[in-house]
Amino acid sequence: MKLGKEEAKELLLQMWQIRAFEEQAEKSYMAGKIHGTMHLSIGQEASAVGSISVLEPEDYILGHHRGHGLCIAKDADLNLMMAEFYGKENGYCRGRGGSMHIADVDGGNLGANGVVGGGIPMAVGVGIGLKHYNKQQVILSFFGDGAASTGGFHESMILAKIFNVPVVFICENNQYAMSFPSERWMSSESLAARAELYGFPGVSVDGNDLVAVRNVVAQAVERARKGEGASLIVNDTYRWRGHSKSDRNRYRTDDEIEMWKQKDPIPRFEKYMIEKKMISKKEAEKIKEQGYADIEAARVFAEESPEPSVDTILEGVYAP
Amino acid sequence: MREITYAEAVREAMTQEMERDDRVFLIGEDIGKYGGAFQVSYGMLDQFGPDRILDTPITELALTGAATGAALIGMRPIAEIMFMDFTTLASEQLVNQAAKLRFMFGGKATVPMVLRTPSGSGTGAAEHHSQSLENWFVHVPGLKVVQPTTPYDVKGLLVASIRDDNPVVFVEHKQLYKVKGEVPEELYTVPLGVADVKRNGTDLSIVATGIMVSRSLAAADQLAEEGIEVEVVDPRTLRPLDTETIVNSVKKTGKALVVHEAVKTGGFGGELVAAIVESEAFGYLEAPVMRLAGKEIPIPYNRNLEYHAVPQVENIVEKAREIVQLKV
Repeated sequence: MKLGKEEAKELLLQMWQIRAFEEQAEKSYMAGKIHGTMHLSIGQEASAVGSISVLEPEDYILGHHRGHGLCIAKDADLNLMMAEFYGKENGYCRGRGGSMHIADVDGGNLGANGVVGGGIPMAVGVGIGLKHYNKQQVILSFFGDGAASTGGFHESMILAKIFNVPVVFICENNQYAMSFPSERWMSSESLAARAELYGFPGVSVDGNDLVAVRNVVAQAVERARKGEGASLIVNDTYRWRGHSKSDRNRYRTDDEIEMWKQKDPIPRFEKYMIEKKMISKKEAEKIKEQGYADIEAARVFAEESPEPSVDTILEGVYAP
Repeated sequence: MREITYAEAVREAMTQEMERDDRVFLIGEDIGKYGGAFQVSYGMLDQFGPDRILDTPITELALTGAATGAALIGMRPIAEIMFMDFTTLASEQLVNQAAKLRFMFGGKATVPMVLRTPSGSGTGAAEHHSQSLENWFVHVPGLKVVQPTTPYDVKGLLVASIRDDNPVVFVEHKQLYKVKGEVPEELYTVPLGVADVKRNGTDLSIVATGIMVSRSLAAADQLAEEGIEVEVVDPRTLRPLDTETIVNSVKKTGKALVVHEAVKTGGFGGELVAAIVESEAFGYLEAPVMRLAGKEIPIPYNRNLEYHAVPQVENIVEKAREIVQLKV
């Protein structure tokens, strides 16, 4: 899929915004300002941005608990995201959802989700609805290697085939389901090959190569728009940080983490842009600064935002 | 007025709503050519076609999730789980997702779906096909739980449930499907959250759910011959519960008996007793509020054991008499 200079700059900015957001999330947490935990996607930026970059505004995404990057790639308002992360009233979810449940339904982001695999069956249902509305919209259903072992994944693949839904299933294989090494039961290639058993195309791709991810997803989205049904894409990637804040990293080595850091998706894309003469090193540096500045502004916004009032605690359970 | 069965009333509610609103569709197992395990959706595939009658393989979790996702973007799905026992398989999507999306997203999401399922024992289907699990879902903020007991109520409540913008667990009873009753031909609604006094009386309030409503009415007829006039209150919706109607009844009679099929411990009866005792009806009570409910066992296969596993008319008569005679 064609990638022009201006769009490439936007994508680079988005990746830096994700990197900056995750680093700030970590800092805020260490400073004692965050309740709960967070699941950081540092290292997975290209998987999110590359995949979502091919969507139109009317398309949908549905994600998982490591979902900050997905939200940002779907053009989330960084202030509202950070405010939600801080649990504030003017966050996306009025502080009721927090990190794991950030959503903007009107904006086509049907949410991060706290149950591994919880979003996959729902994405199939969204696909059924999109067929009814008949506007060639699609949904990207994101999940990790952990979700690929669940029964719900299996059932959802089957329903996706039967109802020929415009869903692109994207597995962000970051090699570990919390501490369980996914290589004990599959590889990105072998997981992608399972799609054939379900009756639709599956492909694995270097998830840290934004351009490669983008091209593969673009093909699958095109298929879905034409009414040809579902696809499974496996983005092979890695998370630099632990599963959550409680992770003591007992299940992987520093060498392995270091090896993957060498495959950092952001400098890789910068290099691509520079080689294609889309950008100079100086411009690239400026975009990085912009990303960090955007997140700093979001941090200030969040910290100055009000807490929800306990008087409103019962609101929002039922539609009138 | 013409009489149709409870099953036909369910079919009519779905059919008429689907004719009126093309966002409504049915998804479930064997609902298409088979016509549904209890023949509830018989003929609907022919009328509406496979784009609106979605037959699935054995996929309770995913079909429930699919209904949730479709509802999230504005469709109005009806998911059918063939036996309430299998809501166990659907629970993650129903309880973690459908029930919570709206609240979790700060009130900015809507999940207008219905999950219909038949509960109950008496057909010899035994442990895995006979449970009454409605209280599990009453326990979940974000869900509504409806348990209609007559053909008239089931049609009106199902139409109202489909039109409700919240996820509704709609609990039918497999032994009620063949029961006939007067049902208007036109579309109508029965409001959720409103109880119905099915029989007026002065000596005892029986608050009953599901199939225990008709058994309580039969018991009431017998007790009338002994000069005991029983009031039978049918909550119809378990969540949200119409406590006002129940409390007013108990204030009038001063005595209450709660009857349901589900196992007593952890059953909805606990909610009913608490609702009565926590209210101003407490000051009017002349006897302890009692419960009659399913025994603390899974439903057994043997016909006679199955019969005795849950309250029957004679049990209700006996308990009612004890309460009225203050022998409790």
